[in-house]
Amino acid sequence: MWNLAQLTDLIHRWLYETFPPAWALAFEMIIVGIAVIGLFAGLGLVLVLMERKVSAFMQIRLGPNRVGPKGLMQSLADTLKLLVKEGMTPDGVDRFLFNLAPFIAMIAAMLLMAPIAFAKDFQIWDLNIGVLYVTAISSLNVIAILMAGWSSNNKYSLLGAMRSGAQIVSYELSAGLSILTVVVLTGSLQISDIVTAQSNGWWIFKGHIPVLIAFVIYMIAVTAETNRAPFDMAEAESELTGGFHTEYSGMKFALFFLAEYINVFIVCAIGATLFLGGWMPLHIGEWSAFNGIMDWIPSSLWFFGKTFFLIFLMMWFRWTFPRLRIDQLLNLEWRYLLPIGMVNILLVTVIAILKWHF
Amino acid sequence: MVEEIGTTDKGELIINVGPQHPATHGVLHLVITLDGETVRKVEPHLGYIHRSIEKMSESLSYRQFIYATSRMDYLSAHINNHACAMAVEKGLQLEVPERAQVIRVLMGELTRIASHVLWWGAMAMDIGAFTPFFHAFREREMINDIMEESCGARLTMNYMVPGGVMYDIHPNFHRRVKEFIAQFKRKLPEYDELVTGNTIFRARTRGVGVLSKEDAISYGCSGPTGRASGVDCDIRKVQPYGIYDRLDFQQIIGTEGDTYSRYLVRMQEMRQSLHIIEQLIDNIPEGDFQAKTKAVLKVPKGEYYSRVETARGDFGVYLVSEGGLTPYRIKYRSPGFSNLSALDHTVRGQKIGDLVAIMGSFDLVIPDIDR
Repeated sequence: MWNLAQLTDLIHRWLYETFPPAWALAFEMIIVGIAVIGLFAGLGLVLVLMERKVSAFMQIRLGPNRVGPKGLMQSLADTLKLLVKEGMTPDGVDRFLFNLAPFIAMIAAMLLMAPIAFAKDFQIWDLNIGVLYVTAISSLNVIAILMAGWSSNNKYSLLGAMRSGAQIVSYELSAGLSILTVVVLTGSLQISDIVTAQSNGWWIFKGHIPVLIAFVIYMIAVTAETNRAPFDMAEAESELTGGFHTEYSGMKFALFFLAEYINVFIVCAIGATLFLGGWMPLHIGEWSAFNGIMDWIPSSLWFFGKTFFLIFLMMWFRWTFPRLRIDQLLNLEWRYLLPIGMVNILLVTVIAILKWHF
Repeated sequence: MVEEIGTTDKGELIINVGPQHPATHGVLHLVITLDGETVRKVEPHLGYIHRSIEKMSESLSYRQFIYATSRMDYLSAHINNHACAMAVEKGLQLEVPERAQVIRVLMGELTRIASHVLWWGAMAMDIGAFTPFFHAFREREMINDIMEESCGARLTMNYMVPGGVMYDIHPNFHRRVKEFIAQFKRKLPEYDELVTGNTIFRARTRGVGVLSKEDAISYGCSGPTGRASGVDCDIRKVQPYGIYDRLDFQQIIGTEGDTYSRYLVRMQEMRQSLHIIEQLIDNIPEGDFQAKTKAVLKVPKGEYYSRVETARGDFGVYLVSEGGLTPYRIKYRSPGFSNLSALDHTVRGQKIGDLVAIMGSFDLVIPDIDR
C-alpha cells in the first residue's frame, strides 16, 4: 500500500520498453536531475518558511502572514525578489572564486540527496558505501565557505571562513564517530541495509545508552557542521556582520542560504535514517495490531515526519541558545565530544560483538 | 589616527567595527587591532552623531533646553530631563510640589526598567540569542503605553518642566502601572530562566572583561558598570535627589567586575525599581503637579550643578547663567562617555566575541556619548 516503488518501476519499464537502453538511462537521469532540483528548491522554500514561523512562534510574533494564505507564499516572493536582483561582484574580489563558491556549496548540497532513502524502495542511488559517501561529500561544504571568505577580500569574511574551517573540520570527527556506531551495529555502510536492520526497532531504542549518547553527539556535531546557532561562528551576525557571505548579495547569497537549509535537511535525514529508522514505521515487539496501524501510515510520511522533527529540534536550539565563543566551541569538541565519542564507539563495538543489543 | 593599511608591522589585522555594525547599536566606530581572534587594541572614534547639543542649548530658553537632553540618552530621556529641570529649579529656588516629585520618580523608575529591559534583550542578542529581544519588547511596550498616555510620547517624553511636570498623570495611569507590575513580576523569573541560567551565557560572560574597582574609579565608570566593579556610586543613595532619600531600596553592588556581574547588577536593579514603583503607586499625594512659575524664566547669575542616576550612570548638568533668558554655558557629564573609555582596557587580550559581549554589558547609547 502507498508504495512509491510501483510508480518508479512503471516509469522505468515504460522507458526501457520504448527507448534503447542508453537513451532510457539518459532520460532517467534527466528525470532524477529535475526531481532533485525541484526538491532542492521546494525544500528550501518550505524550510525557510518553517524557520520563520518557528522563530515567530518562539518570539511571540506572527511571522510572515501577508503573502498568500497564512503567508505561505512568502518565501516564493522572496526568492523571486532575489532572482531579479543584480548579482553584484564587488571590486577587488577574486572574480572566478567569488562566483564559483556559491555553486560549490549548492552542488555539494545537491549531491548529498543521492543516497537518502525518502520512502520504501524510493532512493536515487543505493550505493554500498552510502554513509561514507555522505560524510565525504558533506566535507566539501567547507571548501565553498573558505573560497567565499578568501575571495571576498573582506576581513570579516576571512575571519568567518577561518572560523568555519576550524569548526567544520573539528566537528566532522564527532559526527563521523557517532555515525560509525550505527555502522558497527549494522555491519553495513549501505543506507538500505541500515534501514532494514531497524525493522524490529530503531537503533536509538535497540542500541542501549551508547547509541543514545551517539545520537546526542551527532545532533550537536551536525548543528556545528551546518554552521547554525549556537555554533554559527562563521556568520556570527553580531560579531562579524555576515561572516563569509558579507559581500554576497542577490541570488549568489540565496544559493548559500539555500545550501545551508538543504544541508540542515540532509543531516537531519541522515540522523533520522541512522538512529530513528528512516522510513521504517514504529514497531513495538509483538503488538501486531499496533504495528499494523503503524504500517498503514505511508513510509514517506514516516521519513519526513522524523526528519522534520529533527529539523524542528535544530531550530529550537537556534532560537533559544546564545552563541558560543570560538575557543569554547573547539574546547567542547576536542576536550569533551571527541573523547566521549571514542569511548562510546568502543562500547558499541563490545555490544555489537557480544550481541547485547536487542 | 590609524592609517587604513589593514595590517600592522607585526602582522596584526586592523578592522573597523562600525560605524555601521550590528553590535555597536548605533554609529559608534571602533578600530580594533586583531591578532587572530584576540583583540589587541580598541580605539573608539566618535563624532558620527554629534549634534552640538551643548552649544545649541545656549540659544534656547530655560524651558526649551531641557528637551534636547531627551535626544542624548534616549533610553532614559525622563531622567535626563529631571537633571536639567533640577538645575533650573536650583537657580530659581523653586519648591517642587510633592505630587510632581512622586510622579517624576515614578516615571524615572519606569524609564529605568524600560531601559534595562531593552538592554537585556540587546545584550542577549549580542551574545547570539535572538529570542530574548522580543520578549523584552513585550514588557517595554507596556511601559511605552503608560508613557504615551501621560506624556504624549513614547520615546522622547519631554514631560519635565522647571517646577514639576507638564501635565497631570492620565486617569488610567494607576491601573496600567498595576498591570505592568503584575506582568513584570511574572516575567522576570522567565528572563532568568531564558538567559541568566543558560550555561552558554554563563560561559560567555563569567570572568570576561574584568574591570577592577580601581580601574572603574580611575576611568570614571558609573552606574551599573561601576557598581558591578564594587564602586559605591548610585547617586540616588550617595547624593539623594527628589524623594529618593525617603524611599526604601537597595544599592546593588557587585564584586567581580566581569560581564556577568554587570549583567546581574542590572537584573537586580530592575527588581529594585519595581520595588520603588510599588511603594509609590498607591501613595501619589493630591495637589499641584506643577509649581507656579513665571511665563519667562530668568535664572539668577551663578553656576548650578545637578546630578542624577540614569539607567547608565551618573548624569550631571553644569549650568552657568549670566542672568539672561538663555543659559550662558551648559555642560553635560554623560555616563556613556566615561564608561566607553574603559572599553579598551577591559577588552585587551580577549576574543572578538568577548568584545561584543563586553560592549553589550556596558550598555552604551551612542547619542549619549557624542551629544
